[in-house]
Amino acid sequence: MVEIRWHSRAGQGAVTGAKGLGDVVSTTGKQVQAFALYGSAKRGAAMRAYNRIDDEQIINHEKFMRPDYVLVIDPALAYTDDITANDKSTTKYIITSHKAKDELISEIPTLQDKSDRVFVVDCIDISLKTIGRAIPNSPMLGAFVKISGMFELDYFLDRMKKVLSKFPQKIIDSNMDAITTAYNEVK
Amino acid sequence: MAEKYDLQEVEVWDGNYAAAHALRQAQVDVVAAYPITPSTPIVENYGLFVANGYVDGEFVMVESEHAAMSGCVGAAAAGGRVATATSSQGFALMAEVLYQASGMRLPIVLTVVNRALASPLNVRGDHSDMYLGRDSGWIQLDAFNAQEAYDMTLCAFKIGEDASVRLPVMVHQDGFITSHTAQNTNPLQDEEAYAFVGEYQTYQEMLDFSKPVTYGAQTEEDWHFEHKAKQHKALMDSRAIIDDVFEAFEKKTGREYKRVESYMMEDAEVAIVALGATVETCRLAAQQLRAEEGIKVGVVAPRCFRPFPFDKVREALSDVKTVCCMDRSSPGGAMGALFNEVSAALYSTKNRPLVTNYIYGLGGRDFSVEEAKRIMREQKAHADAGYITTAIQQFSGLRGPKLGFFETNRR
Repeated sequence: MVEIRWHSRAGQGAVTGAKGLGDVVSTTGKQVQAFALYGSAKRGAAMRAYNRIDDEQIINHEKFMRPDYVLVIDPALAYTDDITANDKSTTKYIITSHKAKDELISEIPTLQDKSDRVFVVDCIDISLKTIGRAIPNSPMLGAFVKISGMFELDYFLDRMKKVLSKFPQKIIDSNMDAITTAYNEVK
Repeated sequence: MAEKYDLQEVEVWDGNYAAAHALRQAQVDVVAAYPITPSTPIVENYGLFVANGYVDGEFVMVESEHAAMSGCVGAAAAGGRVATATSSQGFALMAEVLYQASGMRLPIVLTVVNRALASPLNVRGDHSDMYLGRDSGWIQLDAFNAQEAYDMTLCAFKIGEDASVRLPVMVHQDGFITSHTAQNTNPLQDEEAYAFVGEYQTYQEMLDFSKPVTYGAQTEEDWHFEHKAKQHKALMDSRAIIDDVFEAFEKKTGREYKRVESYMMEDAEVAIVALGATVETCRLAAQQLRAEEGIKVGVVAPRCFRPFPFDKVREALSDVKTVCCMDRSSPGGAMGALFNEVSAALYSTKNRPLVTNYIYGLGGRDFSVEEAKRIMREQKAHADAGYITTAIQQFSGLRGPKLGFFETNRR
């Protein structure tokens, strides 16, 4: 079982990202679960979304999780949210930030003994440049594909195009661009 | 002619979206709805399907849930296939008309996304609304995940509309835990799903002016009793039709359903009885406890809450030593409803196992695998002692002092 926790603000697309990842994972024959814990569900409120991925049907409905991956798609939440909660010694962190990795880690005490498991990518900047709006979920998926090694990039892009097939071509293209850019830029 | 929806063999759907697609595939004639959390996306997505030409029927926005169910009653009496969705306060506001619908023998399908009832106001999942409907004369089917929310909704039309049943059917799923959790789902293609549900068969429709009929007549002590008894008999007799529809569904999809589901019960000494997504949590806990501690635990779950499967509950639990009934609704000064009904069924068995009751998960309080295992270990202790070693009714996951009621007199 692979478990993923997304830290996001309502409106940034963590739920859509988690479901999109689920859609792609399901095409590989694996079982997937995507859900979210909403606070009062106001735009901008801190929230968490979750994925579980397994070979067997997933019958665990606990909210509790020890994540294998923590995906932070809002830069400020890396500082204000408890992003290392219930982590493991192998948990990998992908954080969106305009800062360099060393600088970011130096400012967040809980990450300082985990620097080899922390990866940084500026999903906000990438989404602004490719999609034209601060929707950091698509770039985060690209970074996740790279760090997890769960898929080849081309396979993921091909499947993601199908997931987005009901959208106009321009939106599909810009999302593919966002995913590819983040894949190449995550460090 | 409605457009065909392009579906993959595996879709990643949450329970709401799964239910909305099932309603679409059944090609409902009239949906009258007033959306409410957490079932809103059923209505929202169904409205989108109608607007985009995927449904030929009418979508009627109304001013309340009372009006929604009233609209459904009118449309069903007129002779159409009818469905709607609701939760919680909306369900409570529908309550009066629920009894009208069942009394008039109208096979309406109501998808209920279970949610707590105020006060205090709470949008999360528990079974208060499902329990509120239990004497309303509707058939109540319970889905434990998104796939089952889809499957049960298709089955609901076929069961309710059967010529020997003609009763309304609710399909329940848990708010958020099922309704907002996306999982792998295997839908049928549109034409297969519609072929399974079948063309709507009208019966004494009001719009057939050549044969005038009355719906919603008044009967006093002269006939009321006979009508209600006939309605009750139809509910009881629907058990055989439900079994048939589940069998036909298995033939079509390979997915097997029973009025009472049993998991790991072949050699079980201890059984947990639950409803909703908790059934899956308990299955996982039982698997782990069997592997880790060798405790022989099984899980029993009424798929069909009404008509209550008195017969199948007795069969499923006839050989165990202890049974713990999990009620996710505030019992309001009584033992939990599931406890009462399961106990009543087991009282007329030879074995008469020890039965205990837990109230849990109210207002969406998380129910963890660890807690399920703790409860199962406690049941094992009752089995070893030969009597109930705790209060008969306890509370799981409650903060503050431990709460419990009534001790056993059988020791």
